[in-house]
Amino acid sequence: MSAPDAAPAAVAGARKPGLPDARTLHTRYLLSLGDDALIYAQRLGEWLTHAPQIEEDMALGNVGLDLLGQARSLLTRAGEVEDAHPRRDEDALAMLRDEREFRNVHLVERPRGDFGQEMARMLWFASYQYELYTALLGSADATLAGVAQKAVKEVAYHRDHATQWVLRLGDGTPESHARVQAGLEAVHPYVQELGEDFDAARWASEQGVGVLPSSLAASVNAYVGEVLEGATLVMPDEPRWHARGGREGVHSGAMGLLLAELQHIARSHPGATW
Amino acid sequence: MSETSWPLFEVFVRPKRGLSHVHAGSLHAPDAQMALRNGRDLYTRRQEGVSIWVVASEDITASSPDERDSFFDPAADKVYRHPTFYEVPEDVEYL
Amino acid sequence: MYGNDFGPRDDATTPLNAAETEEYSTALAEYFDGLIDADSRIEPRDAMPDAYRQTLIRQIAQHAHSEIIGMQPEGSWIGRAPSLRRKAILMAKVQDEAGHGLYLYSAAETLGVDRSELLDKLHAGKQKYSSIFNYPTLTWADVGAIGWLVDGAAIMNQVPLCRCSYGPYARAMIRVCKEESFHQRQGFEILWTLSKGTEEQRAMLQDAADRWWWPALMMFGPPDTGEAATGGHTAQSMAWGIKRFSNDDLRQKFVDMTVPQAIKLGITLPDPDLRWDEERGHWDFGPIDWDEFWRVLKGDGPCNAQRISTRVAAHEEGAWVREAAVAYAGKLAARGEGAVA
Repeated sequence: MSAPDAAPAAVAGARKPGLPDARTLHTRYLLSLGDDALIYAQRLGEWLTHAPQIEEDMALGNVGLDLLGQARSLLTRAGEVEDAHPRRDEDALAMLRDEREFRNVHLVERPRGDFGQEMARMLWFASYQYELYTALLGSADATLAGVAQKAVKEVAYHRDHATQWVLRLGDGTPESHARVQAGLEAVHPYVQELGEDFDAARWASEQGVGVLPSSLAASVNAYVGEVLEGATLVMPDEPRWHARGGREGVHSGAMGLLLAELQHIARSHPGATW
Repeated sequence: MSETSWPLFEVFVRPKRGLSHVHAGSLHAPDAQMALRNGRDLYTRRQEGVSIWVVASEDITASSPDERDSFFDPAADKVYRHPTFYEVPEDVEYL
Repeated sequence: MYGNDFGPRDDATTPLNAAETEEYSTALAEYFDGLIDADSRIEPRDAMPDAYRQTLIRQIAQHAHSEIIGMQPEGSWIGRAPSLRRKAILMAKVQDEAGHGLYLYSAAETLGVDRSELLDKLHAGKQKYSSIFNYPTLTWADVGAIGWLVDGAAIMNQVPLCRCSYGPYARAMIRVCKEESFHQRQGFEILWTLSKGTEEQRAMLQDAADRWWWPALMMFGPPDTGEAATGGHTAQSMAWGIKRFSNDDLRQKFVDMTVPQAIKLGITLPDPDLRWDEERGHWDFGPIDWDEFWRVLKGDGPCNAQRISTRVAAHEEGAWVREAAVAYAGKLAARGEGAVA
């Protein structure tokens, strides 16, 4: 995760003309956090019954449940702030939004790879979420601060879990070393997006509601760098291409399939209660 | 079996402050640090604990059933170790 | 190797306990029988007849395998759960099943087998799991039906096992039963919600009940007492306190418990012979198609091959991870860092 492209216009608070109103930006900020958690929970759910050891089914289940809990709180809050008529609850937001309305980063929507790649993804994502929720403890949005207070403990555990595994895979056998290094290379083009600022985050940061992703990048990089060093792994080179646009609703091909699975029952029965 | 199995660990959980750690069960883990984490994920997901110990099963020394009689039966006739053994007048308090 | 009972590090040729030696048959048989007669518990390092040990290993392993394979039919619905609340519940439930499998493998390991041996036997088709999991989960209502009927039947089977004569098995079952009480309730809640829903939802509910009712009744196994008994180990298992009720008794209890619930759900159970028998004080039900039971048990079920191949794939794809962890533990130990900080 490297520092994002400079965005001088936003730094001075001189936002682009035509920027949405505060309610919309606040909602989008919450959706970006909630969608990250929701989509990663969806991917981790795919691991149950496929983990390398039954104990790991348990562990990945716990991580997925934590993220799902975060997603539910954040989406519920987003619905409150949005205050649409009728109001959209967590399920309306999860099940009935179209792909372009999802604001998660590409990293979490990537299809499930091998366990090495999953631990590489979790290491980056949990490290980012750890810095994020730590910064959000003092959010001016009291509900968001409350979510952060609970979530920061959860993601500290996720980060530790990924750390333990990256250490073991990196410094385990030649095969595991090669596989987890390949996993790191595979996810690297998706890391930078975590640290990129976007309009809703700029607004949230100015208002004391949120935090600029770019302000988290250095700590995240430092943590992951230290783990990789301990694991005898190397930080991949900066990729030529990196994912962008997730925060504005532009996703990869995998996202449509993920949403098809996530949403199809709910969408097949409009208005039904489950 | 071509594969080396992960060793077995015993897990002890302190249910809440003020109580001792109690044996909860066992699990497999590659090493003690992972055993602690697996123990947390397996044995405390319903708030069953505030602290966990793990110990490699092979590191525990236990009494054997063969020694059962010599270990435990001799305690049976030491009834004077129990307060109910003693006869005191009924109208004396705080005894 | 488990519980508060530990043995010396035997090599493979040392009998696990006195039960496998000459002297056992005389003095120690009396001791074992005495414990059983007194309804006391057998603990791992006690002398026990080899047949008792083997029966338990087979039964506990099959039980553990059922939990692990049982993760699959529901696990495939985690991604599709129709609300986030349902998704969280289902994820927690499937995770619980992994946990229950682990408790049970631990109990089996106290009898001198290694979990990896048991898994190898499962993967090779040498040990069974509950045949119910060879049926597919076709709709969301099936997730509810599994909770209501399959977990309901499982609980009926499992509660008596909390008093099983083998201590580690009984203790594992106490934990399993405590945790599993929510499984059946969440299943019924899914179905209850469907019953109050749209016409399509009610049709989904009825369809699931139609497909799961008979396989759920088969879960108790063929008749094992009286004239209809088809052999097996029931009499011995009952004498040993491993089994407490006959298959038919448990099945009747299950039917009596479930029929009023089905009425509450407003569904029709697919049995024209189902009627209340005032005289017996029980619900009568029609004949079970045991041919189907044996067919599915022997591999001719819709999902047998798929369940095993999914399980084997997860195991094989995870081999490099498990090996890496062993290698790393070796390095930690070599560096003297084995202890927890």
